[in-house]
Amino acid sequence: MSDDGRIALSLILNGAPRNVAVAPCDTLLDLIRDQLCLTGTKKGCDMGACGACTVLVQGRRIKSCLALAASYDGALITTIEGIGTLEDLHPLQAAFIRHDALQCGYCTPGQILSGIALLDETPATLADIREGMSGNLCRCGAQPNIVAAIAELAGL
Amino acid sequence: MSGPAFRYARAGDVAEALVQGARPGAAYLAGGTDLLQLWKSGAATPEQVVDISRLPLGEVRFVGGLLSIGALARLSDVAAHPGVARDHPLIAEAILASASGQVRNMATIGGNLLQRTRCPYFRDPDLACNKRTPGSGCGALDGESRQAALFGASAACVATHPSDLAVALAALDAEVEVLGAAGARRVGLTDLFRLPGEAPQHDTILAPGELITAAHVRGGARFAGRSTYLKVRDRASFEFAVLSVAAALRLEAGVIVEARLATGGVAPLPWRLSRAEAALVGRAPSAEGFAEAGALAVEGARPLAGNGFKIELLRRAVVRALQTVGGQA
Repeated sequence: MSDDGRIALSLILNGAPRNVAVAPCDTLLDLIRDQLCLTGTKKGCDMGACGACTVLVQGRRIKSCLALAASYDGALITTIEGIGTLEDLHPLQAAFIRHDALQCGYCTPGQILSGIALLDETPATLADIREGMSGNLCRCGAQPNIVAAIAELAGL
Repeated sequence: MSGPAFRYARAGDVAEALVQGARPGAAYLAGGTDLLQLWKSGAATPEQVVDISRLPLGEVRFVGGLLSIGALARLSDVAAHPGVARDHPLIAEAILASASGQVRNMATIGGNLLQRTRCPYFRDPDLACNKRTPGSGCGALDGESRQAALFGASAACVATHPSDLAVALAALDAEVEVLGAAGARRVGLTDLFRLPGEAPQHDTILAPGELITAAHVRGGARFAGRSTYLKVRDRASFEFAVLSVAAALRLEAGVIVEARLATGGVAPLPWRLSRAEAALVGRAPSAEGFAEAGALAVEGARPLAGNGFKIELLRRAVVRALQTVGGQA
């Protein structure tokens, strides 16, 4: 820890090495949005309930608002900015568009990252997808279309 | 910042953790899923967070009939481990009924057992709560009591323990391994927790700085064919239990030779239903037997104004869980 109390971290963020310094009580969400200015990840509830803060760490979905940044030294982090490009969408992003799986778009980055991680777990049924996505809330009611988009990629 | 500032230290090894964790104002950080919520809501104000998340205590082993789960193993990894998913499905079911996929990837076994109550009076620093602020009173006693305990409560505290995993482990007679300055010891899972009595601020028998290092289940695989975790809650997913029942049976020649029943969400710790278990042994599974077990399960329940419905709900949940395991295997 440095003299000003900040903690140095080495991260791999969306494939690129980043060296940052965080306050002891910064969450990963604070770091991503406020310091790294990657605002695709959203602060919805800031208490782990809504999932709008979902990011991938070592390919596993977590809630960044409950993650203490200092604990993630050396982590491989993927945010929505690291998923696809406008010219080359990730298949799940393309499926979200095909299935109209968003309205206001606020929960969407978290839904995409959560859905990508869920697809890695090979859900076997639609019920598995609904259950598997229960950590991501959508206030606009796009859930059926979100499930349909994931189901298409899951081959269900 | 989402709360008052704290210092951060990373424990290099277990010995270092024990020293740092024993200091006043220290709080252990593993997955952080409960600690950060408590800190953000003001229910916990640690001066220093001691990060134990990288200590080598995350292994899951099933060898020679003994299942050992490291306290830092993540819930999702434990549920997916063949020694759990295949051989102790009750534990896997309880874990998968907990939280959400994201939280299960972060949360640890030890943290899950040590998570604090969800009672709204505990979680809100502006409300009366003897568990959080000794002497401030218990707002739930004559306030919102829907979530309150039926068993084991006291005039000082009616809070319940929210862990699903703890209920499954209690049904399987699990032990936890505790490490302190004086060395390691084993404690029966239900003995880890304290009844509130007149000092509800202490959830467990752990001294400051002590660590849970593992949970052990011996011989639990004999229930693999007939077990179920029934979680009753207001939403279908990602919510704590209103109440839950872990049930397991072992039959020989059509007769119940062993019965395990534990309930969650109705007491300050997972509550074994010993008299209900005893009433089932020596009989074939039957509607009469299950009904008797259900009736025994709720004997001694002491409701408050808002949670009386849990008595009938528990009786029916016990019967339903027994019907499920009675029809398995």
